[in-house]
Amino acid sequence: MTQETRMLDSIERYIRGEMLPDERVYFEQLRKSNAEVDQLVVEQTLFFQQMNRFGEWKKFKSALEDVHTELAETGKINSNKLRGGAKVLYLWNRYKRVAAIAASIAGVTAIGLSMLVNSITPHKESPKVQELVHEVSVLKNAAKVLDTKIDNVDKKKADNTIIPKYNGTGFLIDTKGFLITNAHVVKNSTNIFVQNNKGDQFKAFVVKLDVPRDLAILKIDDEHFKGIASLPYGLRKAESDVAEPIFTLGYPRDEIVYSEGYLSAKTGYNGDTLSCQIGIAANPGNSGGPVFDRNGEVIGVLSTKEMQAEGVVFAIQSKYILQALDELKKDSLYHNIKVPLTSGLHGMDKVQQAKRVQDYVFMVKGD
Amino acid sequence: MGYYLLNPVLNKGSLKPEIDEKELLNGLARNDRKAVETIYKDNYNMVQSLIINNNGSAEEAKDIFQEAMIVLYEKVRSGNFELSCQIKTYVYSVSRRLWLKRLQQINRFQIEVDGAGDVVAVEEELEAHERLNTEFSLMEKGLSSLGEPCKSLLEAYYLQKRSMNEIAAAFGYTNSDNAKTQKYKCLMRLKKFFFDQYKTGEP
Repeated sequence: MTQETRMLDSIERYIRGEMLPDERVYFEQLRKSNAEVDQLVVEQTLFFQQMNRFGEWKKFKSALEDVHTELAETGKINSNKLRGGAKVLYLWNRYKRVAAIAASIAGVTAIGLSMLVNSITPHKESPKVQELVHEVSVLKNAAKVLDTKIDNVDKKKADNTIIPKYNGTGFLIDTKGFLITNAHVVKNSTNIFVQNNKGDQFKAFVVKLDVPRDLAILKIDDEHFKGIASLPYGLRKAESDVAEPIFTLGYPRDEIVYSEGYLSAKTGYNGDTLSCQIGIAANPGNSGGPVFDRNGEVIGVLSTKEMQAEGVVFAIQSKYILQALDELKKDSLYHNIKVPLTSGLHGMDKVQQAKRVQDYVFMVKGD
Repeated sequence: MGYYLLNPVLNKGSLKPEIDEKELLNGLARNDRKAVETIYKDNYNMVQSLIINNNGSAEEAKDIFQEAMIVLYEKVRSGNFELSCQIKTYVYSVSRRLWLKRLQQINRFQIEVDGAGDVVAVEEELEAHERLNTEFSLMEKGLSSLGEPCKSLLEAYYLQKRSMNEIAAAFGYTNSDNAKTQKYKCLMRLKKFFFDQYKTGEP
């Protein structure tokens, strides 16, 4: 597709509401920053409205024709009845309606079958994926949020009180305090805090925001954070297999929550190769959480779920975490990030594994 | 010739006609088949008599009546609509005005339409209707000027609101990207058609 075709396609999917939430946010930013794109959107919206009116007008006109023929034939209006060929055509059309009803009964099974196929194959162009960020009372006292922000600026030092608008989950990937979460958890926040399962809260900042991969790398920057000796888990490099058992830890509520499931498919929503599909119970707040395999290796970052189906959840594959980290390491400031690639949790039972990893899974709060 | 036109008679059993009419109009705005049928049935004969008694044919009566129905449809859909008279009176007024105009255009006999129905002013609506009519005929012309498969492709996407995946499958494209490329070309041709029209329309 050419540049222009792609642009038109984006604009039309935007107008028809067929964009995924992330894409939509990105596109809206583009609109704001680029007057030409904005103009194109306005023009195309007008064109859509015009076509809508035109379509309805056409439909109404043909309805009038139908009604006229029907009423004339049944003698409800004093119009000439049809004769000859026109009459046959009318009767055929009438009969067709009856035939259509009969056919539709047969159609029910066919539709039933195709619906089944639809529900298990990725269905394109309908935004049904919901990001699992927990929107904490967005409408709650905006003024208060502003106050806090002003306070923070005044003191030139962030105290540990923010009113979080979003919270998600994140997990350490380096002993010096680097964490991984989803880009959509933190991208709209100015102040970010992470909180461990004991309730200790640390200030953090975004080191790398990777919106296309929906990943963010955070760094804890707080005098109270002492670093850790070692991480019990590692990132898995090898591809995972369908039906592998998996588990996750996250903060859909204030307390850390464990859930387990399995890998359902190697690709994500719409056959997206960035992510994979997992069958698990996940809720808003689980976004950014680690997905572990049975050996305690991280295979992905839990990111979105399908809105209309329970237990259909998508996770960003771990190889993209490694890619994002490799890019970051090119920066001399961060070249010494060390990501463990082996796990020390082999052969343990799940209770032990969960116990060992839960200290390194944080709630990520942003305002 | 002076022909007596039956005055509108309310439906039997409709004790609250204004509520019934409101419901009918709401149905009309949704293009609800039942509502369209009821309004059609209740008003057609009246308009047909008007036209036939004033030098028109049954074919012309049908044309005029359907156009009046479209005017009413456009009016109820315009949002800020409030019908200050009965549907019958309104349809009659619009039809009468439309027929008068038609007679003037073809210059057939004297400009005077006989009829005994009540009449309300409908000039404004008719002007708006005329504008829409021009716009829509231009669209129709534009779409058919494109030929196939452009016409059906654009209609499937913009009028029937089908997804590009469905369209690609229905038209036999190997993937939806190819269908999108084709659709883009068709849309550009349609826009060029409109552009040329406006250019020639206003020299």
